[in-house]
Amino acid sequence: MDKNYEIVIGLEVHVELATDSKIFCHCPTLFGAPPNTQVCPVCLGLPGSLPVLNRQALVLAMRAALALESTLAEHTKFDRKNYFYPDLPKAYQISQFDQPLALGGSVEIAAPAGPKRIAITRVHMEEDAGKLIHQGAGGRLGTAGSSLVDYNRTGVPLIEIVSEPDLRSADEAYAYLIALKEILQHTGISDCNMEEGSLRCDANISVRLRGEQVLGTKAELKNMNSFKHIRSAIEYEARRQIRVLIEGGQVVQESRLWDEEKDMSYPMRSKEEAHDYRYFPEPDLPVITITAEVREAIRQSLPELPQARRQRFRQKYALNEYNAGVLISSRELADFFESMVDCQAPAQAACNWLTVELLGKLNAEGRRITQSPVSPEHLAELVRMIELGKISGKIGKKVFAEMFQSGRAPEDIVAKQGLSQISDPGVMRKMVDEVLAAHPGPTAEYRNGKTQTLGFLVGRVMQASGGQANPKLVNQILKERLG
Amino acid sequence: MDRHEYSALELREGIARRDFTAREVCETVFTRIRAWDPKFKIFLASDEQGAYSAATEVDRKLAAGESAGPLAGLPLALKDNLCTSGFPTTCASRILEGWRPPYNATVVERVKAAGAVLVGKVNMDEFAMGSSCENSAFFPTRNPWNPDCVAGGSSGGSAAAVAADLVPLALGSDTGGSIRQPASFCGVVGLKPTYGRVSRFGLVAFASSLDQIGPLARNVEDAALLLSVIAGHDQRDATSTDLPVPDYLLRLKEGVKGLKIGLPREFISAGIHPEIKTALDTAQKVFADAGVELIEVALPHAEYCLAAYYLVATAEASSNLARYDGVQYGQRVSGDNLLEMYAATRATGFGAEVKRRIMLGTYALSAGYYEAYYKKALQVRTLIQRDFEQAMTKCDLILTPTSPTTAFSLGEKTKDPLTMYLSDVFTTSANLAGLPGVSIPGGFSSEGLPIGLQLIGKAYDEETLLRTAYAFQSRTDWHTRRPAMEEAK
Repeated sequence: MDKNYEIVIGLEVHVELATDSKIFCHCPTLFGAPPNTQVCPVCLGLPGSLPVLNRQALVLAMRAALALESTLAEHTKFDRKNYFYPDLPKAYQISQFDQPLALGGSVEIAAPAGPKRIAITRVHMEEDAGKLIHQGAGGRLGTAGSSLVDYNRTGVPLIEIVSEPDLRSADEAYAYLIALKEILQHTGISDCNMEEGSLRCDANISVRLRGEQVLGTKAELKNMNSFKHIRSAIEYEARRQIRVLIEGGQVVQESRLWDEEKDMSYPMRSKEEAHDYRYFPEPDLPVITITAEVREAIRQSLPELPQARRQRFRQKYALNEYNAGVLISSRELADFFESMVDCQAPAQAACNWLTVELLGKLNAEGRRITQSPVSPEHLAELVRMIELGKISGKIGKKVFAEMFQSGRAPEDIVAKQGLSQISDPGVMRKMVDEVLAAHPGPTAEYRNGKTQTLGFLVGRVMQASGGQANPKLVNQILKERLG
Repeated sequence: MDRHEYSALELREGIARRDFTAREVCETVFTRIRAWDPKFKIFLASDEQGAYSAATEVDRKLAAGESAGPLAGLPLALKDNLCTSGFPTTCASRILEGWRPPYNATVVERVKAAGAVLVGKVNMDEFAMGSSCENSAFFPTRNPWNPDCVAGGSSGGSAAAVAADLVPLALGSDTGGSIRQPASFCGVVGLKPTYGRVSRFGLVAFASSLDQIGPLARNVEDAALLLSVIAGHDQRDATSTDLPVPDYLLRLKEGVKGLKIGLPREFISAGIHPEIKTALDTAQKVFADAGVELIEVALPHAEYCLAAYYLVATAEASSNLARYDGVQYGQRVSGDNLLEMYAATRATGFGAEVKRRIMLGTYALSAGYYEAYYKKALQVRTLIQRDFEQAMTKCDLILTPTSPTTAFSLGEKTKDPLTMYLSDVFTTSANLAGLPGVSIPGGFSSEGLPIGLQLIGKAYDEETLLRTAYAFQSRTDWHTRRPAMEEAK
């Protein structure tokens, strides 16, 4: 990329709220149900049906606004955004236009050059549209043989979070999305699962010569459906615009669709974007008044935000930045960790066992922490058994494998399989004497000053004990017997 | 008196006393419909099977000593923009022909639960847009007082069904006068409740911030009875108000002594037919005799009502009617691509007046025009609301004619939409202000056509409105006159 140019990015992020039902009706919001099985007259927009706002959606949206340090409006209203498309059954989307739920706010991101604050413009609520399934050759509306509509998503509650054009690289945009995701997950606002479409993002991208104050002409990049693609899509678009400028051309203000298979963007047909949405106040929904009491109650109900939690993890548990970051990457993981610590597991060991052993196994099987067969209590117990010397680290791994398999408690496994560490000095002495008798050569070498043979002898004792001997004690007794 | 001339309350009493059965009442209704509907073209679809089974159920309950509800056995006609589960609901539009809603409107649920016998769906202007019922995609409804005249609109079918004594009760909807104006043209009582008083759930929307469902009946008592059943909060309509609903029959006859009625000078001055002016003058004397004080009030922004109304209503309509795109239900006309399918479906499915209003509304909301038209109309609407608030500090009700004319001839105004819009000059203000209004029979023209008088009340005070209407009715006999209908040749 040409270093003379600066990239300017603003993101519009659509987040699905983690409600049980849709924003204006009682239909469930479960992902993956058979087409058109989660619908009713309201979300199908049948004649005569009316929307009624889901209280839970409003509460989650208010939480999101406060978590992003945005200022909640005293009065907020819904508006209709009018346009024709087959996935929009009323031919208008209920959204918010000139009196959004919240204005302002900011998010701190871990930019490559260090922490940076990205300003938020606004947060507003809206309903999702349905999904088109194109059949036959072409695979797009217009070229497909026919298209089917699945209305299950129609009316799923969304918030749109609009950032200021504060982002200066694809990496910063990526970091912003990660920070946003952490906040929204931690506060229980959304699961932010991109694969299920619960976090979607459009990017407004422009480029300008470094030092230039005026913004360049922007293009809006749509349809970026994974964190990975967002990075390459932004980089592609920035490169394209810079090339246009270098070649003496002008960037055209337009919407472009990202094609993740071809790794390129192309302009949407002008008809698809030439919209006058004719926004006007939604007459079916009364204006919402947010009182100071409601606002404060929501604020009180917010959990610790990820940024603060990361700090606390570093200070209270003496974790390094990397480990704290891994734990904070999901609220469930951080909660799992703190549950372990609550069960008296030492923090560093708890972190290691959780992030290396448990996460390693879960990732290998494509499972999430919420699907872990091992409970935080059990994993904490295992860590404690090792710390207290009841079992060795090596045996610990064996026990852990068994725990992962069966979900049983570590004490249970250790007792049943007789895996407890041997720490009885009497038993140990007998074992050591047998090993020394069986290996007169190395024994003599040690006594002659070749102390390196100690390792060999320790190994033999451990082997003889089936791995159950306390390694510290083995060392100690061997030296005592050899000395 | 023949049974078809019985009021709803008289029928209710007769059924309760077992003088006759609900089934027998039902037979009377369908005999009348068969005799007169071919002439007046009121019904879009009648439901004999459903009606008889409901009537039979009422008779069974009464025989078993069970309670059968406040509307037990009473025949009722529904305007065809009220959703009826499994039964065609067309809004008198080709675009919804054949569509059967999977659910009932809240008002339909309520009248059914109250024991009413639903006899069918009646004609209207397409999507409730019109003042004569001539905009029905199927046929115009004729006025029972003179079949060469219009029944009014848009609830023309509802008004005509009651006026022709086919049914004692009907439900209509009123966006700018669509209950009151046809009630006035057909010589019946028609009430538009306060916005929010009756749930709109299941009413196919024309202009959501103005639409209200209300009763039409031959007299004030029957209208009060039906309103008591349909009014009240509904969780499915966020704009319905959670206020207690009185039994409107209870205090109906308590008199009006001491009440003040305001006469807005802006409405009285110009453009009213002399015979209607005479009826208004006579009405003032009647009210004065009843102990009402009549005062002049000002509604300074009244002259902008019609303009504001036609901007707000068409803007909302352009959005509300966008869903008829041929994708999900109703009529679809195929095209080579999506855009052509949309265009062909809507071009074929909608009538001229609906298209006109969609275009007006789309224009009013468009970038560059929004401020000058839609936004300005909302500001005017606020001023009109304030006018009424101000006026109502001096009086309890406002009296006006319902319409500047009596029923006009079929075809007389279809060529000139603007003249047609002027029919709503007295009625739109109540919708813009959200206030309740009722049209009551107030005289007859020299041609024998009914004249209607409009009373507008305070928000949520339908009780005083109905009590005042009843006081007038009890001192006059206009409501007892029946049209001299002649059999079709």
